[in-house]
Amino acid sequence: MRLRKKTRERLFIASFLAGPLLVYLVFVIWPYIETFGYSLTEWSGVAPPTKVVGLKNYVDLFHDSIFLKALTHNMIILIVFPTVTIALAMFFAFMLNVGGRRGGLGGVKGIPGSAFFRIVFFFPQVLSVAIIVILFQSAYESNSVGLFNAIVIKLGLTDANHPWEFLNSPTFVLWCIMFILVWQWVGFYLVLFSAAMQQIPRDYYEAALLDGAGRTQTYFKVTMPLLWDSVQTAWVYLAVAAMDAFALVATLTPGSSFGGGPDEHGEVLSTYLMRNFQVLGKAGYACAMGVVIFFITLILSLVVLRATRRERLEY
Amino acid sequence: MSEHGLPADVSRRQMLVRSAAIAAMVGPGSALAAGCAAGSGSSKSNTNNSGSTAANASDPKNPFGVKASNPLDVYVFKGGYGDNYAKAFEAMYTKDFPGASVSHHSGQNLTGDLQPRFNAGTPPDVIDDSGAQQLKLDVLHGSGQLTNLDQLLNAPSIDDPSKKVRDTLLAGTIEQGQLGANMFSLNYVFTVFGLWYSASTFKKNNWQVPTTWDDFMTLCATIKATGMAPFAHQGKYPYYMLVPLMDMVAKNGGPDVQTAIDNLEPNAWKADAVVNSVNAIYELVDKGYMLPGTEGLTHIQSQTLWNQGKAAVIPCGSWLENEQLTATPPGFDMAVFAMPSLAGDKMPQTAVRAEAGEPFIVPSKAKNQAGGLEFLRIMCSKAGGASFAQNANSLSVVKDAITPEISAKLLPGTKSSNDLYQAANGQYIAWYYLNWYSQFEKDLEDAMSQLMANKIKPADFINRAQSAADKCAADSSVQKFKRPTSTS
Repeated sequence: MRLRKKTRERLFIASFLAGPLLVYLVFVIWPYIETFGYSLTEWSGVAPPTKVVGLKNYVDLFHDSIFLKALTHNMIILIVFPTVTIALAMFFAFMLNVGGRRGGLGGVKGIPGSAFFRIVFFFPQVLSVAIIVILFQSAYESNSVGLFNAIVIKLGLTDANHPWEFLNSPTFVLWCIMFILVWQWVGFYLVLFSAAMQQIPRDYYEAALLDGAGRTQTYFKVTMPLLWDSVQTAWVYLAVAAMDAFALVATLTPGSSFGGGPDEHGEVLSTYLMRNFQVLGKAGYACAMGVVIFFITLILSLVVLRATRRERLEY
Repeated sequence: MSEHGLPADVSRRQMLVRSAAIAAMVGPGSALAAGCAAGSGSSKSNTNNSGSTAANASDPKNPFGVKASNPLDVYVFKGGYGDNYAKAFEAMYTKDFPGASVSHHSGQNLTGDLQPRFNAGTPPDVIDDSGAQQLKLDVLHGSGQLTNLDQLLNAPSIDDPSKKVRDTLLAGTIEQGQLGANMFSLNYVFTVFGLWYSASTFKKNNWQVPTTWDDFMTLCATIKATGMAPFAHQGKYPYYMLVPLMDMVAKNGGPDVQTAIDNLEPNAWKADAVVNSVNAIYELVDKGYMLPGTEGLTHIQSQTLWNQGKAAVIPCGSWLENEQLTATPPGFDMAVFAMPSLAGDKMPQTAVRAEAGEPFIVPSKAKNQAGGLEFLRIMCSKAGGASFAQNANSLSVVKDAITPEISAKLLPGTKSSNDLYQAANGQYIAWYYLNWYSQFEKDLEDAMSQLMANKIKPADFINRAQSAADKCAADSSVQKFKRPTSTS
């Protein structure tokens, strides 16, 4: 039997995709399905679930004040962290690539020392989370030896007997965490945006220059619109990161079993999920939480992709 | 466990402490009070036992009928005590059963490693179930995954076949491993709690170890005048500070108040003993006796500052010495004293919280259950206790395992905690709520962190504690227990 050419072509392609697809199905899709199944049960987590409770876990979730608090915190992170990160990364990328003074080759270049800054900004990305945690644990230390406290004490904002609490402060804990997130991710998106900027034909900038556009105008009228694809990607990834934030919150914020303190002011969905799953013996409830997080993330990604869809410029 | 400050690290210790006392849970319908005198019962109430390993006292050398041909699968939590001690036990096992193959696994991610095996029905034969990732014992028990260890307690001791294993363990060990009327975990490591100080510093400054809270306040004022902070605590983990507070409550209120709190009775937290104790602890904050910033420090940060002489006293359990081994300067001479007494205390000042920690379990679905039980029996021998003291630098629950030669090698803090235990003379403080009701304990910790950060006042703390207790009592999804009326 001879297959049609098109069919053979498809089979050929499928044969390459089968492996990865299988891995994806087994290790990603299947766990999702299982999680959904478990979320409908009462499950301690160490022996098969005892009974099916339907949507009870989901109903409980929306009456759970800690869950709602954690959700609010995630939403704050979701709004602040990607916005600040993208804005900073864009600004830095612009300065490093086209922000230099006029002159030089083609009249467009980065500020002096841009190669050096690029490495410096990217540095947090090569550090593992464990190292970042240890680093910031010392930086935020709540007594006078901590790096930030030493600075504010030197500046005379407070004295050694009244050090700032940073991560132990109900008001600032979330901001302290967001600061680390931004610090950690700006470098990566700086490089991403830089790469995208370098693909923008130089003539556009030259043309803008000839037309008498200043830095600010060039930035908003040329660079930004042409980077739209990258920004879109960044939004999706950063939104996903904002919904997570597990490692930093679990390790740096006060409280036993995955932090979340002080007094739940640092709680995020992922840490609350883990505490329920591992400590409180409410694995079924935790699965319901996982499903909710999954859908929030999914919806967010779709919304971001839709909302930011623009006409694409080919060059 | 020198992973500085990661919470997994501290929680391990905390779990060690907590799991220690997954204690004597006497269900409402149970007639048996969890007294150590309950001698029989393994055969009748032995629901979780597969029945293949009924104790056979006729062969004191091998009461569980271990077959050397069956491999033994051991999993130990690799925390502060390392896992060399377990390897030493395994060597003792293979010596007794030549040719037995023992597979040794250790790690910190117990849930990740073992949860799938329990769910699949193929767990290891013996597990040291500790650490932040500990599989909760009440949860395991509720799912029928634990072997009733009463058969171990009733088996003949290795050292003296005329004695049962239950008679060779320190007082309290059995109760702390009980769920209901039977013991399901062997809590092997012995821990005492108190306020720790540098004996050499106290001596140099001519400071006396206080026995009353008033003395302590006077001493704090004296210490503060020298420029040293009188008190530090591991503020990032409010669990630590709840220990001295609740010890004061126990001493001041006695068994009635303890029972009311453990049983989640209405207005239990409004008792005078609670008010007195919370006020006393808050005095430390209010009078500025705390090391500035200590409310946000990890256990490693605060304990290291204490070692450096920035603070005079810190609350902790007796693992402290091992944990701070490298941070302790020579001549520090670590020592511990019991919580000072308040006026009208119902327990003597020498009473201390003493717990058996590090629960060892034998899964009910273990392939070589007999081997697992025998492994525990070896641990309960004097040679086992001595080997543990040498390999893990800590005391075990085995009676008389510490010979004078070993004792001479003990570090000052370990020696001091041993003295503390002896001085208590049977007056031990135990709390049950913190293992029974994880959510309640978490709520208390949250409130405690705010009290220690001076964000709420003692009255607010008491209100929050009471409403957390009420919330727990009203939660029908939480299984309730009653505090045993008579414990040793």
